[in-house]
Amino acid sequence: MAIDRAEAARIAALARIALAPEEEERVALQLSQVLDLVATLDELDLAGCEPTVLTPETSDLRADEPDGRTLESEVALAGSPETEHGFLLVPPVVESLEP
Amino acid sequence: MSTPLWSWSARAVAEGVRAGRVAPEDAVASGFDDVAPGFEPWVNAVVHTDAETRHANARDARRDGPLAGVPVLLKDNLCSTDFPTTCCSRILDGWRSPYDATVVRRLREAGAVVVGKGNMDEFAMGSSTEYGAYGPTRNPFDASRVAGGSSGGPAAAVAYGLVPIALGSDTGGSVRQPGAFCGVYGLKPTYGRLSRYGLVAFGSSLDQVGLFARHAGDLAETYAALAGPDPFDASTRAGAAPDVSAWDSGVRGLRFGWPENLWVEGVEPAIVAALERAASLLERAGAVRVPLHFLPGRYAVATYYLIATAEASSNLARFDGVRYGLREPADDLVGLYTATRGAGFGPEVRRRILLGTYALSAGYHDAYYAKAQRARTRIVREYEAAFASCDLMLMPTTPTAAFRLGEKTEDPLAMYLSDLFTLGANLAGVPGLSVPMGLDAQGLPVGVQLLGAADAEPVLLRAARALEVDGDVSRMARGPEREVAWPAKR
Repeated sequence: MAIDRAEAARIAALARIALAPEEEERVALQLSQVLDLVATLDELDLAGCEPTVLTPETSDLRADEPDGRTLESEVALAGSPETEHGFLLVPPVVESLEP
Repeated sequence: MSTPLWSWSARAVAEGVRAGRVAPEDAVASGFDDVAPGFEPWVNAVVHTDAETRHANARDARRDGPLAGVPVLLKDNLCSTDFPTTCCSRILDGWRSPYDATVVRRLREAGAVVVGKGNMDEFAMGSSTEYGAYGPTRNPFDASRVAGGSSGGPAAAVAYGLVPIALGSDTGGSVRQPGAFCGVYGLKPTYGRLSRYGLVAFGSSLDQVGLFARHAGDLAETYAALAGPDPFDASTRAGAAPDVSAWDSGVRGLRFGWPENLWVEGVEPAIVAALERAASLLERAGAVRVPLHFLPGRYAVATYYLIATAEASSNLARFDGVRYGLREPADDLVGLYTATRGAGFGPEVRRRILLGTYALSAGYHDAYYAKAQRARTRIVREYEAAFASCDLMLMPTTPTAAFRLGEKTEDPLAMYLSDLFTLGANLAGVPGLSVPMGLDAQGLPVGVQLLGAADAEPVLLRAARALEVDGDVSRMARGPEREVAWPAKR
């Protein structure tokens, strides 16, 4: 299935990735090529095949078991681009609280 | 011993350190001062290191562990507090982890000395170590060729003698394939046997920490030190890890599958010759060949590139300019995400996130992602059926020896297809081990792959050891280690 330039731009917006206009064309072509490859799955008889999420099936997920080790917030945030008073700083999400 | 320290096996170094004959500082210095100057300037295997930290780690190393004083290089996606962890991505440039990955903690507890971070494809997405932010890793055997990937730096460093062992990660072959290209052993354990706490996630149902070594026994020693449940990783398998201490006990009576239909076309003659030779050596050691027919690898490629990219698009959502590393300023939050991710991710990472986003998006989920999950079940059954009739399988690791730099970077499809033989083990969650089988006529390493059912690491290591001694059981249990094919300095 072919992906066109507009579809590539739509996917990039969903993925929150800025693509230069000249890149959109190339990405559309490359994604189309991969989807052609993926079409080989149509050759497989998948009757009776339920979806597999994790293998081997005996890998039972369980709750994490904290052992008391913790990170201080300033240590945890030391690699963040902008922080203030122990919080991550981002541009305003709500423009104004005035009605 | 008159041979230089950098050429010793990990077990020989540890034995020397435990006996007080070898100082960990000397083991580290031998690799970095004696051999690295002839390789590192053009191979580019290491991306983060400094002499002061290396020396401090060596000085502080435990002198009584199974890996006492053994220098080890970590792939740049494994968190450690002493060096940056950047996944060779601009988006994490300069980032340092506030904690050690569990496997790194266990390495230190075993006495190993972390010496730095190895080069890789950005976020482990690639098969050649050309897609990273710090330039490509070149193959130590031929500067015009790739080291393989995505763990190319750790593989190359072990091959040329910088360190005797290294840690990588294997989501679709990223340890086994560079192991084959660089002429070293590369082990991807059973899914869930090595903790991934502190491994930067790519494809969570596929990722597994893997090991590089120049000797089968070093792989066994390292695996034994690292494997086992971790309270911090809910996906680790319960119960003790398989006991690999009998790695030197031979393969008499073991049945190895021989899926010859997989290499009737598209596999280089030198690789086929290596497979034939490996089969003869296993037979010489008393193993039995079981011909079988196996599902062609192209279905694994198609399945993998939907599942891995879908999981990557989800996992890499956390790199948003808010929590870690790079931030490209913008007026609003969505603009900040979009600008940061556009500038911080390289082309292959962007491509995979976009493909994964598409495969998961409304209207396409069932046709792509859900279908791939069902195809995965079909592939799992193929492995189950094979291992009902044999203890392990022999297969190519790669269709060719190392390819040239730049040969596939502009053709993602060709790059993906080079993973034909390795992806299946990740989809099925089973262990795989690439074994070096010497050099081809061009002087390039060739490898073969051993695959086993879940928890078959002991069987794979026994077979790898049998190949290491050319099937000569009289050489087992008493060494010496095999002769290593060393690359030439430049």
